Amino acid sequence: MIAPEDWNAIGLTLRLAGISTVVLLMLASPLAWWLARSQSAWRAPVAALTSLPLVLPPTVLGFYLLVTLGPDGPLGRLTLLLGLGTLPFSFAGLVIGSVVYSLPFAVQPLLHAFQNMGDRPLELAATLRASPLDAFFSVALPLAWPGFVSAAVLSFAHTIGEFGMVLMMGGNIPGQTRVLSTQIYGHVEAMAYTQAHALAAGMLIFSFAVLLGLNLLQKRGLRMGS
Amino acid sequence: MSAENHIALQLVRSAFTLEVDISLPPQGITAVFGASGSGKTSLLRCVAGLERPAHGLVRMSGQVWQDAQTFLPTWRRPLGYVFQEASLLQHLTVQGNLHFGLRRSAQRQAGQKHLQQAIELLGIGHLLTRRVQELSGGERQRVAIASALALQPRVLLLDEPLAALDAARRQDILPWLERLRDEVHIPMLYVTHALDEVVRLADHLLVLEQGKLADSGPVAQVLGRSASSMASGEDLGVLLHAKVQEFDPAWHLMRVGFPGGSLWVKDNALALGAPVRIRVLARDISLAVGPPPVSSIQNLLPVTVLEMRADAHPSQCLVRLSCGKDDESSVLWARITARAAHALDLKPGLSAWAQVKAAALVGA
Repeated sequence: MIAPEDWNAIGLTLRLAGISTVVLLMLASPLAWWLARSQSAWRAPVAALTSLPLVLPPTVLGFYLLVTLGPDGPLGRLTLLLGLGTLPFSFAGLVIGSVVYSLPFAVQPLLHAFQNMGDRPLELAATLRASPLDAFFSVALPLAWPGFVSAAVLSFAHTIGEFGMVLMMGGNIPGQTRVLSTQIYGHVEAMAYTQAHALAAGMLIFSFAVLLGLNLLQKRGLRMGS
Repeated sequence: MSAENHIALQLVRSAFTLEVDISLPPQGITAVFGASGSGKTSLLRCVAGLERPAHGLVRMSGQVWQDAQTFLPTWRRPLGYVFQEASLLQHLTVQGNLHFGLRRSAQRQAGQKHLQQAIELLGIGHLLTRRVQELSGGERQRVAIASALALQPRVLLLDEPLAALDAARRQDILPWLERLRDEVHIPMLYVTHALDEVVRLADHLLVLEQGKLADSGPVAQVLGRSASSMASGEDLGVLLHAKVQEFDPAWHLMRVGFPGGSLWVKDNALALGAPVRIRVLARDISLAVGPPPVSSIQNLLPVTVLEMRADAHPSQCLVRLSCGKDDESSVLWARITARAAHALDLKPGLSAWAQVKAAALVGA
């Protein structure tokens, strides 16, 4: 029922989601930390910018990424100049698109975790001789772990479900940019409903399981924290 | 002000402006007393560098922490800080909390020894493997104090360490704080709004009112002067530093002597000569003139009236009394009705008898 090219798409999707999640966590932790603690006038605009992917249609994001990263776009010229080629219609381009697209899903849980923590643990760490950077790693990160779990799970799941952005940025190249969502779209276009069903139902069950697991985990995390 | 421990600050806040210039004695507990909003916690946070006052000078045992050019961040200041609540790291065990600072301190070798002493001093040896969540409020504060002490701070800052505890837990932890005061020879700033902690623990007292220093000095002197609003109301009274002088085993009493007089109090199984703190409230003293009155009250002290003062309610009046002569004397306050004062014709210089109805032993 699941054809080799379907397995291909599944593998590619998991790889994309995995890599994007790792990149997102590394990018979102300092960003969320800054958003949680900064008094700067830039805080509000940066926070709004970070949340944009929540409200914009993925096609709009994909379109602008395509334009900026394309051969005539500012970043595209840069990548050409560096001998990297252009990123659209490549796996690397998809990773960049996914990171932008899922950014709020990584930043929001971390932001909440850092905000809920308050200043006290960090002040306490400072009175115990920990420098701010030291306190971030030895106190803030361990205390914010439920936020990290949420951020990772949501980023992963959200990336797996992306479609519009992939279509704009990546096209539909088998083995390179043909992920689950575009594969399902292809099956439907070809009237291969049975194959579409198998993949679609799989994604439905996966997404439900992820959210259920996250909910249970958060409940447990709350109990442990109190 | 060439003292080793010198704090001069100006911090503008919407509710008040903190403006103080104080020097700390080289050891002992200096209580910072004041109503909420008087700026006492802000004072502590400025000393710790958790807040940055516009103008400030903080010098501890000769080392400048802040002046016009310098501002050491908190983590570079050799201090210990005990917060009102949540003063432990929730993701670590007791052991983890105790070692958190030590791992980051310059003298790790010597630190181990000091940590061991701190663990013994505060009696927390049996708690080391516990999770922080499994500790009672009083145990948490003892662990917090020990982890601060292990770092050999030059000053220990305590921000209402008992405020989050219920009455029973407060009674449990007070003896540990007395030990801390008597055995650790560094200056300690102890912020509180509870008079019972002041009379029991403090050696020195700073009274803050709306960000300004209203009074300061040795605790018994400040309480005797009673210049501030702190000791008005039901709590008005004095603190006497006394020594156990005599026992009356038949009646389970002991006599404690203070400069200018002595009192009989309940025998507390203390040794002869042991130092005690005696609290005598103004409402527990009545006055008589003429020959010594015959009364059920055992404690009768010859006194001289120093001053008469109106109390909050017009029916009451406060009388400041001197017990004893010149340098061997103590101050007492009595609260009597204005009518009684009029009937006895009390005025400064008059000799009288102070009948002390109750005297509480508040600590060693």
